[in-house]
Amino acid sequence: MPRARRTPRRALDSDGNPVITTSGLTKVYQSRGREVTALDGVDLHVREGEVYGVIGQSGAGKSSLIRCVNLLERPTSGTVTVDGQDLTALAGRGRRAGKELRRARSRIGMVFQHFNLLDSRTVRDNVELPLEILGISGQARTRKALELLDLVGLADKAKSYPGQLSGGQKQRVGIARALAGDPKVLLSDEATSALDPETTRSILQLLRDLNQELGLTVLLITHEMDVVKTVCDSAALMKKGRVVESGTVGALLATPGSELAHELFPVGGTASGPGATVVDVTFHGETAARPVISQLSRTYNIDISILGAAMDTVGGKQIGRMRIELPGRFEENVVPIGFLREQGLQAEIVDGGPATAEIPAQTPAAITEEVAK
Amino acid sequence: MTWSEMQPLLSQGTVDTLYMVLWSTLVTVVGGLPLGILLVLTDKGGLLQNTVVNKVVGVVVNIGRSLPFIILLIALIPFTTWVVGTFIGPSAMIVPLAIGAIPFFARLVETAVREVDHGLVEAVQSMGGSVPTIVRKVLLPQALPSLVSGVTTTVIVLIGYSAMAGAVGGEGLGSKAVTYGFQRFDNQFMLITVVLLVVIVTVVQLIGDVAVRLLARRGRTTS
Repeated sequence: MPRARRTPRRALDSDGNPVITTSGLTKVYQSRGREVTALDGVDLHVREGEVYGVIGQSGAGKSSLIRCVNLLERPTSGTVTVDGQDLTALAGRGRRAGKELRRARSRIGMVFQHFNLLDSRTVRDNVELPLEILGISGQARTRKALELLDLVGLADKAKSYPGQLSGGQKQRVGIARALAGDPKVLLSDEATSALDPETTRSILQLLRDLNQELGLTVLLITHEMDVVKTVCDSAALMKKGRVVESGTVGALLATPGSELAHELFPVGGTASGPGATVVDVTFHGETAARPVISQLSRTYNIDISILGAAMDTVGGKQIGRMRIELPGRFEENVVPIGFLREQGLQAEIVDGGPATAEIPAQTPAAITEEVAK
Repeated sequence: MTWSEMQPLLSQGTVDTLYMVLWSTLVTVVGGLPLGILLVLTDKGGLLQNTVVNKVVGVVVNIGRSLPFIILLIALIPFTTWVVGTFIGPSAMIVPLAIGAIPFFARLVETAVREVDHGLVEAVQSMGGSVPTIVRKVLLPQALPSLVSGVTTTVIVLIGYSAMAGAVGGEGLGSKAVTYGFQRFDNQFMLITVVLLVVIVTVVQLIGDVAVRLLARRGRTTS
């Protein structure tokens, strides 16, 4: 992958109401006299009703980011707006959260990697805790807690203690608890990272269902690409405290050179020899269903080899990438590639000729290789 | 001394000891619990971070802990007289006993509360919980087994202190042991008071252990 090239920040989609907005969010920690920048001017726009995934390796700053959204962490500078309310303005100066900030927090649900349930309380009492804080009285509280437990499929565990539940069940309790204040926004801090793959899927499915049934906006952070693939409408890639790419999954895939797209749909394979053109083709939406490759082959009477391919359903849409090899150098393949693009596919030249203005280079490294030959 | 002579002395002594220990424990818990919580909250990175308060409380607690109890007992005589009206007798003894044990208990509380998983605190913060809410609904309930264990240790320390208080005009088994066992060279009486103290300490420890076990088992049983 290219290292030297600076990936520009992208805001690919701007329709829809932003429900979480951060602008210029910066967090600097003081650690033994040294300054560590965890967030370096993060601009995030999460639209209403979407599941938004922030992905990055540990240390990329994603955890600081989500904790800044409900101000568990005070940003050094920048603003956080949730549902039209500027939380950074509510924060005040001291470490203590004022009344207004606390009220705003109660309308933002949060689930944690390690669930953070009180083991001295029953499942039902855990779900009642935020309701106690909201000052809701006894019976209404119990009724609401049982409703929420029913919603997450744990109605029969109300009287159990967290210690008696499996990891997945604990996270369901965590989700029920996070929903107690009827939040518009749910923050998920690596909620599935402590779970096995199967449980992860069921929890993600639950988040998806809640997103669709309640219109809940979900901002999740994760280090697992699979999570983004399974559940996210939009995604942002974080590196060293910065968002280096962001947008809807579809838009990211349509972006030449997108690292996220490449990570989501890794396609490998190199040219079988010199004098061949390697093209990455991205399908999404209805183009995924059309027999484009065989059309291409028939129309231009060329042999196409498939070097690698990845297909999946992202946010209910069929999306895929394929790396194909066309015989001949790039100059000879301009027309077939044009045909692919006419069909509404994204075609990026990986290997085959010098990059021209209208054909952005996907991997400069590969091209350099070609030139060297 | 015959048994019939010893018996009223011993029962009076036991009653006085239990009286002093019970009340001073109560005062110690009331005084030490907030102090211990304050130490945690005001510490660096705490919810109410305040270096000045933390340092001042810390120093006061350390001074209280480093004074030998017998010195404290004597040094506090004017204060005790001012509070109770006298410095002699079991009621008067509650004052130095509690003051001696509060710093000790405060440190135990501090350790217990510090051990509560910070994630739980964050969870309640994310729900919009205030600091008093966090203390009431998270820190105290979660630290309860350790706190009870701390109370047990404190009670036992107070039993020891109360015996010492006997030397300076207190009542109780300690004072009886000094007066009759030591000053009159009645080894048999001395032995009996020692056995009684051992029995009391053992029973207290037993009750404490059972309580801790019951509390710690909450939520871990498969019912």
